Amino acid sequence: MSHKLLTVKDLHVNVGEKEILHGINLQVGKGETHVLMGPNGTGKSTLGYAIAGNPRYEVTEGSILFNGEDITYMPVNERAKKGIFLSFQNPLEVPGVTLSAFIRSALEYKTGERIRLFTYKKKLLEMMELLNMDESYAERDLNVGFSGGEKKKAEILQLLMLEPSLAILDETDSGLDVDAVRTVSRGIQIYQERCKGSLLIITHSTKILESLHVDVTHVMENGIVVKEGDASLVDVINENGFTELRDEK
Amino acid sequence: MRRENETSEKKSGRKARKSGKREEITNMEEKTYVDDIDRSVYDIKDEEHDAFRIEEGLTPEIVDQISKEKHDPEWMREFRQQSLKIYQELKVPDWGPSIKGLDMDHIATYVRPHSDMKNNWKNVPKDIKETFERLGIPQAERKSLAGVGAQYDSELVYHNVKDEVAAQGVVYLDMESALQGEYADMVHEYFMKLITPRDHKFAALHGAVWSGGSFVYVPKGVDVSIPLQSYFRLNAKGAGQFEHTLIIVDEGANLHFIEGCSAPKYNVANLHAGCVELFVKKNAKLRYSTIENWSKNMYNLNSKRALVEEGGTIEWVSGSFGSHVSYLYPMSILKGRGAKMEFTGVTFAAAGQNLDTGAKVVHAAPDTSSYMNTRSISKGGGISTFRSSVVVQKNATGTKSAVSCQSLMLDSESRSDTIPAMDVRTKEASIGHEAKIGSISDDAVFYLMSRGLTEEEARALIVSGFADNVSKELPMEYAVEMNNLIRLEMKGSIG
Repeated sequence: MSHKLLTVKDLHVNVGEKEILHGINLQVGKGETHVLMGPNGTGKSTLGYAIAGNPRYEVTEGSILFNGEDITYMPVNERAKKGIFLSFQNPLEVPGVTLSAFIRSALEYKTGERIRLFTYKKKLLEMMELLNMDESYAERDLNVGFSGGEKKKAEILQLLMLEPSLAILDETDSGLDVDAVRTVSRGIQIYQERCKGSLLIITHSTKILESLHVDVTHVMENGIVVKEGDASLVDVINENGFTELRDEK
Repeated sequence: MRRENETSEKKSGRKARKSGKREEITNMEEKTYVDDIDRSVYDIKDEEHDAFRIEEGLTPEIVDQISKEKHDPEWMREFRQQSLKIYQELKVPDWGPSIKGLDMDHIATYVRPHSDMKNNWKNVPKDIKETFERLGIPQAERKSLAGVGAQYDSELVYHNVKDEVAAQGVVYLDMESALQGEYADMVHEYFMKLITPRDHKFAALHGAVWSGGSFVYVPKGVDVSIPLQSYFRLNAKGAGQFEHTLIIVDEGANLHFIEGCSAPKYNVANLHAGCVELFVKKNAKLRYSTIENWSKNMYNLNSKRALVEEGGTIEWVSGSFGSHVSYLYPMSILKGRGAKMEFTGVTFAAAGQNLDTGAKVVHAAPDTSSYMNTRSISKGGGISTFRSSVVVQKNATGTKSAVSCQSLMLDSESRSDTIPAMDVRTKEASIGHEAKIGSISDDAVFYLMSRGLTEEEARALIVSGFADNVSKELPMEYAVEMNNLIRLEMKGSIG
């Protein structure tokens, strides 16, 4: 039996004293694109952070398996090296490190090898162009003074350069204008095509999904997954919102 | 540290260096004068001493000996004696960190010419040696930095730099030589006129026992193409502890001067009472950069002052690490219309350190401006205090001044204070002050770790980023070294 890339089993997660996730079960196969939807405050981002390994999110029960390996208590940086990537909703400003140097460092941490500057730079500029990012951003301090849209693009740029096997995108489209959403969506498509990686797209709006291929849709509410379906579920939610699903329960 | 490539002689002053690895200069001999420790020094130490009975160590006889050994002109000998008298009159400051641990008897013995009190490499604290190792300091420099009295022969590099700028008419001499040669009168005119022995007790002490340092004169209109670095003067006696720096930048000229280095400087005689006097003439510009990392037993009581004439600019760039206690407030006097001051600084106070630093500015003419951007980091119980003083005289209409101080506290044991002082005598001035304090956010650490960095690396990167107000103003090798130093400080393994 081939194991899935990611298996989340009966996961209970606390933030401080409060339990946010009450037993999540979810599986993502290799190369699959999953969408995680639900109203605000339902624990979607919490799940994303728990999979990525944020220590603030405490697993009290259950497990997370990645490529068959139990990573439930593995530190963040080790999970990153295994191939898990989290694209942040509010990316941090890091003065003193340029965007280019940061991505190169991250690549070196991942592969454990020095990256050849010329090939790296070439690929970086190529990706930036695909994302409609002006090349001057490469030498700017990471995210410092970037607009919301540019910050999100910088996250997708990292996605395309780091080529993780599992990319968790946390509300990547929030705060973006129409053009930026299109660009980011295109970036995700390129990731799908080039890297054939798995995606877990966390979102509560669907604009970003319009031209993406989606394999599975999960809907969360109050800390549990209430419904699963294929891509068509996205359209249902688009039309009717989440209330109908609630009524179904 | 800053080295020329062995193969490219003419590139002196340019710091061609392999990244990460330091090269030993094999064609320079290391001259070593290492004596056994004079046991009598330790006998003195056994007696009970009130640290404030510090005058007794230093006598007119010792000062005369110093003067004689240096072949001082008569006016300097008298000046030293006068300074000693003032030193004995003035009181120790009582408004800042305690300096009770200052060992004046060691110091008095140390400054004595032909003193046997040179340390032995064996006695240099282990953590200092380890820091040298971790920072990759070449063997040739370690003994000199550790006050073992080894003469690190930097003559070759120094002379090459000297020659290169001499072609532009720049005078760059050690202070003792400057007192003798064709610039003797100029030195006499300026020496300790900006910082006088009356200013405070340690300025007076400096006046009495000063030794070593640099004299720089940049003629009118000359734009000095390479930064001058004081590091080459490491072999002067006193290893820079009582050095006097006097820089005159004449009208329309431009100079960048860098002092210090990231390697820890250690001495059993635990006082640094140097003096820096900077004269920026009309429309001239001077950038004065410092990285200092005095070892953790040292008292860093330094005085720095700049006098800026019409249209002139002084830029201070300062990275303060190390030392047990620091009192450090570079002061700028904006004497001419349109004069400007910029101060960019970072201070890192770790366990056992009490760093009281800041900047002062006096607006004494119209349309002058001052800008202070300081950051301070405290860790492991370290105390960091930022004091700023902005004085705007009645005639200084059109003054603009902005002071910004940001503090980063790495834990709850540490301490950070900001003490601003403003004295503004005209309504036509725009003055601002802002202070922020914070700690490393867990979210920040998480973001970096999610890209593969370890927690330690993430914290070091965040702190380095916080200090980038200074590192981005420094030449690259200094910035890299400063970041290495931060990384070591974060690990808590600095001596």
